Amino acid sequence: MAPASEPAIELHRASVRYRVPTEAIQSLKEYAIRKLQGRISHGEFAALRDVSLVVQPGERVGVIGPNGAGKSTLFRLIARVRRPSGGRVVVRGTVAPLLELGLGFHGELTGRENVILHGTLMGHSRAEMLRRMDRIVEFAELELFLDSPIRTYSTGMVARLAFAVATDVDPDILLVDEALAVGDERFRAKCQERMAGFHDRGKTVLVVTHSLDEIRRTCTRVIWISNGEFVQDGPARDVCDAYHEWAMKAQ
Amino acid sequence: MLAATPVYDSARHDLRFVEEARDLWRYRHLVIELVRRDIKVRYKRSVLGIGWTMLNPLLQMIAMTWVFSIVIKQDIRNYPVYFLAGYVFWTFFSQATGFAASQTVDAGEMGKRIFLPRSAFVLSAVGGALVNLLLSLVPLILIVLWSGSRIHASWLFLPVSVVIAAVFTCGVGLFVFTLASRFVDVREMYGILVQVWFFLTPIVYAPKLVPPEYRFMVRYNPMTYLVELFRAPLYDGWLPGPNTLLFSVLAAVASLVIGWSVYAAKIEDYGARF
Repeated sequence: MAPASEPAIELHRASVRYRVPTEAIQSLKEYAIRKLQGRISHGEFAALRDVSLVVQPGERVGVIGPNGAGKSTLFRLIARVRRPSGGRVVVRGTVAPLLELGLGFHGELTGRENVILHGTLMGHSRAEMLRRMDRIVEFAELELFLDSPIRTYSTGMVARLAFAVATDVDPDILLVDEALAVGDERFRAKCQERMAGFHDRGKTVLVVTHSLDEIRRTCTRVIWISNGEFVQDGPARDVCDAYHEWAMKAQ
Repeated sequence: MLAATPVYDSARHDLRFVEEARDLWRYRHLVIELVRRDIKVRYKRSVLGIGWTMLNPLLQMIAMTWVFSIVIKQDIRNYPVYFLAGYVFWTFFSQATGFAASQTVDAGEMGKRIFLPRSAFVLSAVGGALVNLLLSLVPLILIVLWSGSRIHASWLFLPVSVVIAAVFTCGVGLFVFTLASRFVDVREMYGILVQVWFFLTPIVYAPKLVPPEYRFMVRYNPMTYLVELFRAPLYDGWLPGPNTLLFSVLAAVASLVIGWSVYAAKIEDYGARF
């Protein structure tokens, strides 16, 4: 755990710009010809513009905003998927991105094999995943199917396994996407219970969602993003109210 | 669990060259799991299973040997083994690099979503081809014995040959992978290039058959030395000469340095495009 004096996440005037070729040149041959003719031009698309943010350990921050506002880009920046094009990002502690459940799952592999593969994709070792296997499988309630290829699983079973392996972690910071709870009513309650466990243990949580109710219930602070900039950053209730009002007006 | 809190600071970074290498080391378990996955997926639904890996090169070997020793006669003693010694290396090289070029989609899909070093996919491609190389040694031994040749003590040198060849292959693989991440036609172009390269390298023919005015093409081709690295111990039964060793090590190191530099400098830009 980071000392309380140091923030878990700091963004200092961070920007993310994507280079978008004005004409999509996909082939090397075409690129070479155009390069010789001096006809290469790029447009730039700013997904995040000069945003600054300090999150203290244990804060639960909701991120809201319309599609394409930069919510995913913000998460990618914190999860180290993207380096900032400008500004600075500091993250203290281990980060678990619960964004891509079941990433890397392969139908031909068994449940057990997929758990190990997914774990190594997240940077864990095989030995560590084997140690955690029993707990993961017990949570997913898939003991009987562990050695069958997951192409034989139902969608719900795959989702349960994906949730179980992704949340069987003890990180300092969690990045959570909406609609994480999966399966039937009973399993969904179990998912929510596990998420609440993270809150109780004082983890820093960032959650992106469209559900204002959910955010009001679980977050202490909310950031509203639009067009790559922060519109508002403050107590959950205030920002949610303002966002709601804006959304109604826009309609 | 962890002694110190890991801190990521985007402003404080080493040379890309070093940083990418460190990340790859951290994800070494992923490389092994990817190799494991590819092997499992390839053979899970095939009846012949792992036997197919050996049958496949065996059939290839028989066909090539038939063409180049019976149809087109060359004055080379024990031609099947002469040819196969070079051919097992070439198969390893072309499989590994071709496979690396085809990993860009997979690597791109995942690399866009979570943090991971994409070079892991190149290494897993080389690792997969390495497994195939080891398996193809079984039919190779069979053919060596069948053709009346012997297994020499010089075979013990082969692990060194394999390491040098793998280093060279990793470099080329990284280079091709990086370009293929950006341009869709690279994979296809590379496939053609490899075919041409195959015939410019003395694999099906002996270097001495090349007319003197074209000899330079053999002499300045790094593949000549890499092939010799396998042919000397497997076919001739002696250790590779100092020149062969020197030039193949130089080629391997140069390949890895260039491949890794291009990868480290460009992959973030190429990989993150829309």
